[in-house]
Amino acid sequence: MSFFDFCEWVQYSALLSAMRSSSWFFPVIASVHLMGLALIGGAVLVVDLRLLGLGLRRQPVARVARDAERWLLVSLLVLLPTGILQFMCFAATKYYYLTAFWVKMSALSLALVFTFVVRRKVAMAEEATMSPVWGKLVAVVSLSLWSTVAIAGRLIGLP
Amino acid sequence: MSLLRLCEWLATTSGSIALHESHYMYLIVLSVHVLTLCLFVGTAVIVDLRLLGLTMQSVRASEVITRLLPWTTGGFLVMILSGALLFYAAPLLRYQNVFFRAKMVTLVLAGVNVWVFHNTVYRSVAEWDLDPVPPRRARMTGGLAIVLWALLIMLGRMIPYQVYWFDCNSQTQPAILNWLAGCITDPP
Repeated sequence: MSFFDFCEWVQYSALLSAMRSSSWFFPVIASVHLMGLALIGGAVLVVDLRLLGLGLRRQPVARVARDAERWLLVSLLVLLPTGILQFMCFAATKYYYLTAFWVKMSALSLALVFTFVVRRKVAMAEEATMSPVWGKLVAVVSLSLWSTVAIAGRLIGLP
Repeated sequence: MSLLRLCEWLATTSGSIALHESHYMYLIVLSVHVLTLCLFVGTAVIVDLRLLGLTMQSVRASEVITRLLPWTTGGFLVMILSGALLFYAAPLLRYQNVFFRAKMVTLVLAGVNVWVFHNTVYRSVAEWDLDPVPPRRARMTGGLAIVLWALLIMLGRMIPYQVYWFDCNSQTQPAILNWLAGCITDPP
């Protein structure tokens, strides 16, 4: 089964057809996805701002990162299911053909790995052992990756 | 001049028509408006979660508020500016949109909530600054704010979908909807 066959199967599955028969379904799912966007924005920003020496700069990076991580996970629990449902609604007729969708998925994979492996390690490390330049670099990469995810996501929704 | 007339007049101005007709400019403004959610609501929600005692418990509440407020305010200004442009691009369509109207009411309520907080509970922040879980009044502000932000986002996302369900131009529809959306209907 090719990926396209999969998209077609998903979009025309009985479950999705049933869900799509309500005109409220897609707008409500899209709204909840945006609520998740706001939350992940906050959870990512407080840590990256702190790494850049802004925002909660009087607190240790590790504390800000630990406190924000829980809400980062909560936001992903909101974003992933609602994102998958939106994908399922138009998988074969829209998403499959959209460059923005493929860019978003690639950037999302990179952003997740970077956030939970590299940024986590740098943020949780003893600050004395790490040059602040590394923190700033990590923050810039993190902001760039997540911005790419958000902008590509926005482009998916545009006509 | 009624608001309806004002919107009709705004819609005839060259700036409104240019924005409405431009493909890229409109989409750029729309994208800025949506993505600034991360900055505006994102930082506001962190503050609200602190007020609920759900994050940064060992950090002073006042510190979370004062350190993040400039970012929230900056995001808010971008939101208002881009939102005003989106309104200006289609004044009549927004004015006669139930979701837009509800969103404006919600925005006012959210503003009142923030104002009340800063002028009541926050005045005595020194007494509860270090409490991991702030007093009930503060928690209520935080919880209410999160509900209002979520409602604001949902109503905003619904604005373009109104035509799915109702529209001033496709009569007849329930009188209550015509009243809510401010539709002008011919007397029966």
